[in-house]
Amino acid sequence: MTVRIERPLSPHLQIYRWTLTMALSIVHRATGVALYFGTLLLVWWLMAVSSGPGAYAAVQSFTSSWAGRLIAFGYTWALMHHMLSGVRHLVWDLGYGFKPTEREWLTRAALIGGILLTVLLWIAVYAIGGGGR
Amino acid sequence: MTAQPPSGAKSMRTPLGRVRNLGSAHSGTTDFWRQRLTSVAMILLIIPMVVVMMILLGRNQAGAAQILGSPPIAIIMLLFVVASIWHMKIGMQVIIEDYVHDEKLKLASIMANNFFSATLALTAAYAIFKLSSGV
Repeated sequence: MTVRIERPLSPHLQIYRWTLTMALSIVHRATGVALYFGTLLLVWWLMAVSSGPGAYAAVQSFTSSWAGRLIAFGYTWALMHHMLSGVRHLVWDLGYGFKPTEREWLTRAALIGGILLTVLLWIAVYAIGGGGR
Repeated sequence: MTAQPPSGAKSMRTPLGRVRNLGSAHSGTTDFWRQRLTSVAMILLIIPMVVVMMILLGRNQAGAAQILGSPPIAIIMLLFVVASIWHMKIGMQVIIEDYVHDEKLKLASIMANNFFSATLALTAAYAIFKLSSGV
């Protein structure tokens, strides 16, 4: 192992003026972490369906509870937001959308689009399933 | 394994790199590429996934099991589970590498991340296969 050389560090977050792209960068990571643990719910649900009526009833009692509904709603938003925010990253990866107006537009679109898609999906859920599951 | 540059070509390796005998492992962009690959896969899969979820709304266990066990839906689920869990495993590794500076804790965290992700992926695959075989 080599000896760690103490070098001066670059300024950290608190030095800079807070911007929307910075905030959304952190939200992208935070929603990613939320989805990481939210995947546990998806797998739990799959296992329950394959296990039988008893296990499925346990999942249903959770998803129809107040807390379960809130988590499912939050999971939907995290997924929709992370997806659109990720599309923005793919656009940047391809070398487009770096101009100030473009990056602001993309960022706003991801934020508003994520909320809009979530609301639309949940309207559909209540319309089809009557909110029951 | 020190690859000698062709005669006349100037080596880009630093003297320090040569002394340590460390070079490129040639897989530096693998995770970057897989992260993009799985993200595009999930963009393609999101509409089928939403449709499947809407179909499953309000069904009982027997109904849900029958639908999830049908070949196209089982394959959609399997593709989504593989893409999403691979994606989240790489994402979490990036976060660990960003914030965990203690070498031993970092190794342990990355291992735990791999174990967690592999367990979730194989548990989901097990459930989907079980539903498909109708046991």
